[in-house]
Amino acid sequence: MSSLRRWSRTWGPLLGIALVAIALLVVAPAVLSPFRLNNLGKYVCWAIAGVGIGLAWGRGGMLVMGQGVFFGLGGYAMAMHLKLEAAMATGGPAAIPDFMVLYGDATMPGWWEPFRSGTFTVFAIVALPAVVATVLGYAIFKRRVKGAYFAILSQALAVAFATLLIATIKQTGGFNGLNQFTQFFGYNLYDPVNKQMIYSIAAVVLVVCLLVVWQLYRSRFGELLVATRDAEERVRFLGHDPANVKLVAFVLAAVMASIGGALFAPITGIISPSDVDATASILLIAGVALGGRALLLGPALGAIAVGYGRTTLSESFPDQWTYFLGLLFVVVILFFPSGLGSAWSQITSRLRREGAA
Amino acid sequence: MDALTTPLLAGTATGALLLIAALGLALTFGQMGVINMAHGEFLMAGAYTAYLTQQVVTNTDLSILVALPAAFLVAGCLGLLLEVSIIAWMYRRPLDTLLVTVGVGLLLRQLAKDVFGAQGDPVHTPGWLDGNILVFGYHWPYRQMFTILLALAALAGLGALLKYTSYGRRIRATVQNRDLAETMGVSTRSVDRVTFFVGSGLAGIGGVAVSLISGTNPNLGTTYIISAFLVVVAGGLGQLRGTVIAAFTVGIVTAFFTDWLSSSMAQVLTFALVVVFLQARPQGLFTVRTRGLA
Repeated sequence: MSSLRRWSRTWGPLLGIALVAIALLVVAPAVLSPFRLNNLGKYVCWAIAGVGIGLAWGRGGMLVMGQGVFFGLGGYAMAMHLKLEAAMATGGPAAIPDFMVLYGDATMPGWWEPFRSGTFTVFAIVALPAVVATVLGYAIFKRRVKGAYFAILSQALAVAFATLLIATIKQTGGFNGLNQFTQFFGYNLYDPVNKQMIYSIAAVVLVVCLLVVWQLYRSRFGELLVATRDAEERVRFLGHDPANVKLVAFVLAAVMASIGGALFAPITGIISPSDVDATASILLIAGVALGGRALLLGPALGAIAVGYGRTTLSESFPDQWTYFLGLLFVVVILFFPSGLGSAWSQITSRLRREGAA
Repeated sequence: MDALTTPLLAGTATGALLLIAALGLALTFGQMGVINMAHGEFLMAGAYTAYLTQQVVTNTDLSILVALPAAFLVAGCLGLLLEVSIIAWMYRRPLDTLLVTVGVGLLLRQLAKDVFGAQGDPVHTPGWLDGNILVFGYHWPYRQMFTILLALAALAGLGALLKYTSYGRRIRATVQNRDLAETMGVSTRSVDRVTFFVGSGLAGIGGVAVSLISGTNPNLGTTYIISAFLVVVAGGLGQLRGTVIAAFTVGIVTAFFTDWLSSSMAQVLTFALVVVFLQARPQGLFTVRTRGLA
């Protein structure tokens, strides 16, 4: 192997991350209008969740079809805080969110109370999905539930979560979700400067997630994760517990989805059951599948591309967008199962094989 | 007495619907390793066939009887088309079949929306099903009984097909050992196609039953698909008896939860119960014993 190739294998991914960072943090704010930049921020939030899906699915072989649940845990935790901030800004420290006055008897459920604190909210955004994913993952992986069983269970989870949110209108805003935020940790959300700041936070978080995953893939854990995906039994016979390996990847993916959701709420100004249900979860999967699930940058870029396509196409062709998405699924999975990011190497290796034969 | 019988009877009817939906899934998932997320849309296709039949056969009493075989054919042909065009290229990649069929499901749902509109269309209940019978002080609609009979008929038909016909022998051979069956002269390709046709056709029949209860609408399939899959998962792969028991259990348990709490809480709790159940039996209710590694 030439030294150039060895160099590119070690540092190429880092170069890629650097390019993404420059594109998101330097180029995009310079060339995009505030509106478009805010839209990009939304796709970046999906990309953060996508990086986690790449870790769990691409490297770990766990098709997580219910990431919307964790996206929603973070999104709703943040939205609850923003809602309380908005209420407190107008009605004093004991004020409660407007929709509770509208739908209910103007009393706030006790579990909302801690979300008045920003520190607690940030803590909850990380801890909540971690705890839920640990409990669920432990139950599922220890009993060796995997493959299709796992995919279907995780999708059922997303359906159940969205149903639960719609049903609890007095506590969660129901079908309409939580919206009309005015503040973000003290910053006015209507000020374009502050909106750009939140976008920058999201972009930095995405870059950090990519760096974390890059380091993980280089570590022993990364090797073990791929080994577990490809030959779980052999890993077990070598003395490792595959359940623990999967659990770590699953929990990390859940936390990333949650952080993505938490930034999604202030950027879009709304979080509702349709952002977390089975369809939303599948859209997250679509981005990762399109970009290349096992690659480092594939999931993030794929998620941004699907987000962009969704907004742009559904603006001009609201109905045809679904056809496009459906066809995309079929074509990509059928012809490029490892994503468009791998399409080039897939084509060249096929050509090489045919050339050799 | 009433608190027990009401959910019990309603749950049995729901269970019967789940059973018809799950039978086709169990056939294709359990026996061929294909996870067909578009199965719900085949259910929807069956419901729309019932609606269309009523536009042609205006005699409501007869139209449902025409709709049943028609729905079986329509959904079956859709399934066959899916198998030949896409699934055939991806056997032994179960998770990929799942993703591809999610895409197909999206396409079919949007197609239904464009052709029939986003609003649902009503399917009229024939006179001989319009009524109810008093069971233990509960008015049990004939429609629910019809669903249960339909489910049992579908189950018996499928069972007979697998057990007594030469096609059934071939499919059982293919399931047990695909390579050996092929060596013995079984065309496993045609077995796959017929299996997919029958499995999808059963979804069409289920769709007719659903249409009698809730009419048609483009999202009809998504309502049932996850529960149907949970039934297949809880029942164990390739085991009809497991599917039957799981379908009625899930239906009745959900009905009890709905009665005590609310329908959304019932869905959440039923899901939780399936996860807990899989703790006890990770491979479902009944498993095929093999010497393979888990």
